[in-house]
Amino acid sequence: MKKTHKRVIPMFGLSMGVTLTMLSVIVLIPLASLVVFTAQMSLSDIIETITRERVLASFRVSFSTAFIASLINAVMGIVLAWVLVRYDFPGKRILDGMIELPFALPTAVAGIALTSLTSDKGMIGSFFARFGIKIAYTRIGITVALVFIGIPFVVRAVQPVLEKLDPVYEEAAGVMGASRSRIFRQVILPEIAPAAFTGFGLAFGRCLGEYGSVVFIAGNQPFETEITPLIIMSELQEYDYSSATAIALVMLIAAFLILFLVNLIQSRNSKILGR
Amino acid sequence: MHKETFGSKLTKWVLIGISVLFVFIMLVLPLITVITEALRSGWETYKEAVSDEYTVKAALLTVEATLAAVIFNTIFGLFAAWTVTKFSFRGKKLLTTLIDVPVTVSPIIAGLIFVLTFGRQSFLYPYLEAADIRVVFAVPGIILATVFVTFPFISRELIPVLEAHGTDEEEAAALMGANGFTIFTKVTFPHIKWAFLYGVVLCAARAMGEFGAVSVLSGHLRGKTNTLPLHVEILFNEFKYVPAFAVSSILVMMAIVILIARSVIEYVGKKNGD
Repeated sequence: MKKTHKRVIPMFGLSMGVTLTMLSVIVLIPLASLVVFTAQMSLSDIIETITRERVLASFRVSFSTAFIASLINAVMGIVLAWVLVRYDFPGKRILDGMIELPFALPTAVAGIALTSLTSDKGMIGSFFARFGIKIAYTRIGITVALVFIGIPFVVRAVQPVLEKLDPVYEEAAGVMGASRSRIFRQVILPEIAPAAFTGFGLAFGRCLGEYGSVVFIAGNQPFETEITPLIIMSELQEYDYSSATAIALVMLIAAFLILFLVNLIQSRNSKILGR
Repeated sequence: MHKETFGSKLTKWVLIGISVLFVFIMLVLPLITVITEALRSGWETYKEAVSDEYTVKAALLTVEATLAAVIFNTIFGLFAAWTVTKFSFRGKKLLTTLIDVPVTVSPIIAGLIFVLTFGRQSFLYPYLEAADIRVVFAVPGIILATVFVTFPFISRELIPVLEAHGTDEEEAAALMGANGFTIFTKVTFPHIKWAFLYGVVLCAARAMGEFGAVSVLSGHLRGKTNTLPLHVEILFNEFKYVPAFAVSSILVMMAIVILIARSVIEYVGKKNGD
């Protein structure tokens, strides 16, 4: 469309105005107040806050559990997407619908259900307790909750790519004598890897900020099982807004970095595919 | 297609087995747990917990916040999708990025920014105080937080559909003299009907279950600023497990209804070609 092109469709001003007003009230003004509040804090205070032992420990807990959970979801997501796209079996539609459950089920409900399942008296917890493995109130428990939260991301990212993937290449590779595992590694995996990484990134970002499902199962022991969102929450409850904001900034920057990386890979990938 | 060999059949059923087992343990078992724990002390206790005064009040507040989120984000979604897809202007990329900010922010941080905007240390606070408006630890805060976390849910579903459709039909209608409202209702909306409904369902699902952001802004005043998920938290932390799971079962049923609605909308939408 040319720059000088006159707008034919009416209502540009009105719809732009409504959009910007609503965006300002809900997103821009609150975000701006975060910026204003941050600007009033001194850099040394911010650094002092985020390098407290307890805060650093929470970063370690949050990042490591979110990373492991997203990794599990990346592998299981590829398997689930593969099964849902390539195979036919009874109950497939139900399985497909179930994937979306973590989006529909309130996180608090997921949290208490998983806690009661994996505690020493729970169905799964009692089984593992026999081997001396505790799940609830440990980092394993946090990881379990985060796996639950992250399930749909990788599946829903990989599924459309697999659907579009032409089986011709696999068949060609097969005819030329490649083994099935080699076909998967060298033909299929390179095609779905960017999508899987996108799903992994989205899940990782979501897991880093997750609160509802984790607070119940985590046990919230300082230094051991205390996640960063929980520290922000407790600073807020003590009306220490400066500390809460300083720690939140770290999480925000991490979230935006992840999003940036995901977008980078996505746009590079669509360029390759679009050619 | 090539013939299935014994090896590929084995792989197929092993992978299906792993998938089903994974979904069963991670997704189905928690649902079953909620129901069995809720009914542990019998039907009478369950009914008592569900019809408890505070539960009912929490349910009403959840419905209120969900409705507010759906209505507000419907208006925003329709206008934003129309603006972004029917016109070309500078800064469009920035606009779509900003619309997506709420879903990338941790719910706790979402709560925090509203506390900073409307709380005691905000420059707005004296004016709000003078007007006798309370946002933090009050219902308006809960509604704002819910709207925030679901903000892009409807526009996000509409924009790709409208983008794929282009602007030819709308331009033709405009040249023939139709006004904006007519163009929207007669030309544009029929194309996005299903995507719109889909967005509404996703928005409602997230809104009714929002926990973190609402938790920051609620102050947990029982009967006043408690939503269903917060009520679940309080009961659970008070070791009232049966009532906690009973209240959860309401949310589980709502989640199942939403999942079914989602599948039906997706199915019908695909069948009708959009």
